[in-house]
Amino acid sequence: MSEVHRDDTHVSHYLCIGCPLGCRLEVEEEDGEIVEIRGQSCKRGEVFARQEHTDPRRVVTTTVAVDGGRWPRLPVKTAGDVPKGAVVDVCRLLHGLRLEAPVAIGQLIAADALGTGVDVVASRDLPRK
Amino acid sequence: MRYDVAVIGGGVIGCAIARELSRYRLRAVVIERDCEVGLGTSKANSGIIHAGHHGAEGTLKGELEWRGNQMWDALADDLHFGFKRIGDLTCAFDEDQRATLRQIMQQGKRRGVPGLELWGPERIRREEPHLSHDIVEALYAPTAGVVNPYEACFMLGESAVRNGVDLALEHTVTNIRRSEKGFDIDASVGDDATPTLIKARFVVDAAGLHADAIADMVDAGGFRIRARKGEEYLLDKRLVGYVKRVVFPCPTPTSKGILVIPTYDGTLMVGPTATWADKGDLTTTAEGSAEVFAGARKLAPGISEKDCIAEFAGLRAVSDTEEFVLGPSRVAGFVLAAGMQSPALTAAPAVATVVLDALRDDGLELVAKDDFEPGVPAPVRFAELSTAEQRSLVARDPAYARLVCRCEIVTEGEVRDAIDRGARTLDGIKFRTRAGMGRCQGGFCTWGCMELLHERLGIPLTAVTKRGGDSWVAMERLEGTA
Amino acid sequence: MITPKPAHLQPRYDVVVVGGGPAGLAAAVGARESGAERVLVIDREPEAGGILQQCIHPGFGLHHFGEELTGPEYAQRAIEQTIERDVDVLSSAYVLDVAADRRLKVTSRDHGIAILDAGAVVLAMGARERTRAAIRIPGERPAGVMTAGFAQKLVNLGGLLPGRRAVILGSGDIGLIMARRLVLEGVEVEGVYELMPHANGLNRNIVQCLHDYDIPLHLSTTVVHIDGRERVERVTVAPVDDSFRPNMAQARDIPCDTLLVSIGLIPDNELAHRLGLRLDPVTTGPVVTSTMETTRDGVFACGNVVHIHDLVDYVSEESTLAGRGAGAYATGTPSVPDNVRLTPGENVRYCVPPTITTDREHTVYMRVTKPMAPCTLHLGDVYKRPLRYVFPGEMVTLKVRPRFLEGFHGGSLPVSIVPREEGGSA
Repeated sequence: MSEVHRDDTHVSHYLCIGCPLGCRLEVEEEDGEIVEIRGQSCKRGEVFARQEHTDPRRVVTTTVAVDGGRWPRLPVKTAGDVPKGAVVDVCRLLHGLRLEAPVAIGQLIAADALGTGVDVVASRDLPRK
Repeated sequence: MRYDVAVIGGGVIGCAIARELSRYRLRAVVIERDCEVGLGTSKANSGIIHAGHHGAEGTLKGELEWRGNQMWDALADDLHFGFKRIGDLTCAFDEDQRATLRQIMQQGKRRGVPGLELWGPERIRREEPHLSHDIVEALYAPTAGVVNPYEACFMLGESAVRNGVDLALEHTVTNIRRSEKGFDIDASVGDDATPTLIKARFVVDAAGLHADAIADMVDAGGFRIRARKGEEYLLDKRLVGYVKRVVFPCPTPTSKGILVIPTYDGTLMVGPTATWADKGDLTTTAEGSAEVFAGARKLAPGISEKDCIAEFAGLRAVSDTEEFVLGPSRVAGFVLAAGMQSPALTAAPAVATVVLDALRDDGLELVAKDDFEPGVPAPVRFAELSTAEQRSLVARDPAYARLVCRCEIVTEGEVRDAIDRGARTLDGIKFRTRAGMGRCQGGFCTWGCMELLHERLGIPLTAVTKRGGDSWVAMERLEGTA
Repeated sequence: MITPKPAHLQPRYDVVVVGGGPAGLAAAVGARESGAERVLVIDREPEAGGILQQCIHPGFGLHHFGEELTGPEYAQRAIEQTIERDVDVLSSAYVLDVAADRRLKVTSRDHGIAILDAGAVVLAMGARERTRAAIRIPGERPAGVMTAGFAQKLVNLGGLLPGRRAVILGSGDIGLIMARRLVLEGVEVEGVYELMPHANGLNRNIVQCLHDYDIPLHLSTTVVHIDGRERVERVTVAPVDDSFRPNMAQARDIPCDTLLVSIGLIPDNELAHRLGLRLDPVTTGPVVTSTMETTRDGVFACGNVVHIHDLVDYVSEESTLAGRGAGAYATGTPSVPDNVRLTPGENVRYCVPPTITTDREHTVYMRVTKPMAPCTLHLGDVYKRPLRYVFPGEMVTLKVRPRFLEGFHGGSLPVSIVPREEGGSA
């Protein structure tokens, strides 16, 4: 997402992440409908702007406490992207967990995190110390 | 606690004095504010054992520089710190400076400094091909050396402790009172409200930058110490061997100038600046850096900022007269070792003997011990061993086979030994083993050193510090946050 | 996953790979693919995978594995590939020396000091981070000034925090990634400061690591002073002019306890120095041929020791090639000598490899000195390709196919990237 300063004309601004050009995208909205997307130099920009404007989503990665493992933290990720607004709460949920080593890569750590429909899984094997 | 002698200050001067005291049957203590010895001025030092010819005639500095110089070989043999005589060159760029070189040479000869030679451009080119071609003549002094000053300090301190001297670390002297039997010293320890009382018949003031304040506590002073800051810049080991001797510009009446210093370990150091500063000001500055590199390039034009891997600043303890303030004070039993600026490191062993003479004159009876042990065990330096020696070492103890610091090739066994011999901090490890001193500046080894401090000292990782006090490196996670 | 430990070290290997990060692991796989039987990877960490193990964020693997992975996932796959191919991995080990005859001196907790002979050696030691001393930030030297990579290790592997309030110097991807990481761990990130007038990291990271968390990015601004006797207490930042001189009149103090520096990587070339390899003054890595062979016979190099990559996928690709070259060398298959030199021309800082052959396809990586869009890449006058854009932070890759060089019988080919008029033909 980008600097989302919305003004009275209902134009939202985004920085395109498709490539290093970093097009400054504008999404103009009227009565809740997108009427124009400007600033992109390719199709990817338009797709990105529409997604960011209507339903921005992110993959979440963080770590979870593990007892008895080679390291005290296990890296985890959401198996798919979750609504951007849920990122911080998903992290909070995960930071409250405590696992026991060993853990296997892909192992389910939290099912349907916060009702997003997205599972959280381990992103590595963590053997016992 | 009751002592015959309390030495205030655990820098190289205090440690040299303590080690000298430990030869005799008496009770002595070194009172040091930091969590280890040698972490102040003694650490941030050029590490030069001056050749003996630079100091002016008729001065204590000049006389003790030469006396001290001659004592370092025996000390290094006993205490196994890094020391070698690599010689120095003082360079002249014009006729006036050539005259100065001759003057210094005569001064050195009169003092008995051997081996002084004047080198013309051809000789300079042959011996030091990377020096400036604008140098018209250089005075060579083979007696100059380089030392790892922190190692010298740690080893002097360790030797003193092994021979019975107490070390009161993290003790800050807040007050001294004269008593019937000598002195009552109040020292604050950490956050404790009540100071610890240390009683001593004699006090040696080796408190560096604060020697004036310490002396004033018993009205033994009357002198003032100011801080003159020196910034130094360490260069990548790519340049090891680029310059082989300590190189000085021709001195002016006020300064030795910016030098190129091949440190004991071979890496080049350039500096120091000389500017008045506050007593806590250890900042390096953009101006200092510019001055140092400009000065160094004048001597060796190939030296570049691009090769800088570390910088630091040290504070010289300078008296009003610029001379050492050394010997008896106006208070009986209170002996001064103050104003210890360059060449104080060189002079340190000689300073210690002067202090002991003063203590004896004030009534301290010095009876030699039968069991004084001059040596300390040599620390293992894995990187300096032959393959055969490394094999047998590793067969004995596999901890020497695991590398902790890759830039300087320091093993887990060496770091462990350093901790067992007194390192309490990352700097303590660094200055004992070189782990963290190389080009990556601890990026790779800091974690391993933290783990070893945690294991050996039984402290949490979050209690590991860079150099004591509030210099923590990591903190606990904040639970429940996102 | 447990990396199998070799029970015994062989006195001789076909290929010994120095470094167990993505470069070394891919090189080992490449060596096996080209027929080397006994391949050993020597890694200094207790587990292979290199720096990827602490890069817990996604964004890796799209090119090499065809799906987006986190760093540890990428590492695990790379390790699994070596296990499938019976590569030995010696962990917690360090190569103290490599002689010109490819005899290695290795120290490891498990096997002590060992001397190994290698048919071919691959150098894959990666890079180290530039530190504050590299740019000589004035001020004090308190605890709390650390590289972004060290902070990443503290947080992601150690489960600790570097401090409570951080300032980040440098807008490289590691710094941006750490900004988000710290915020999610409850650390306040005051801002990211970048000396250059443009960000160094990917736009994706600008958006998803900074904008998402309202972390400001200050361009053309740098840290001019560090305060704090024991721990960082504040840093001073100031805008810089076109020649990067700070304007102290506009300097500003920021109270904080942590300064992360993310100001670039340097190839870690200790062994290359020891071997007396010729180094490229631009990349500071060894000069290599199109099979990634250095100026010493049978010594190959790949990954960040050769030049700093922006995608691990390219590291794996390049390193597989190096491994294949090493394997071929060790098994007695000579490589075809390069007969084309690629000379960097306008807006090209360097090409890796700098020389190629005319008989097969080559992937050439290059970096530009300045942004340009749109533009055209010229390979002498034998080939040109329109590019929408180039940026210094993003490597340009060029597949040079044999047909481009038909009728070209060796010699130098200048590679340049020049502006193209919008709408004009390439």
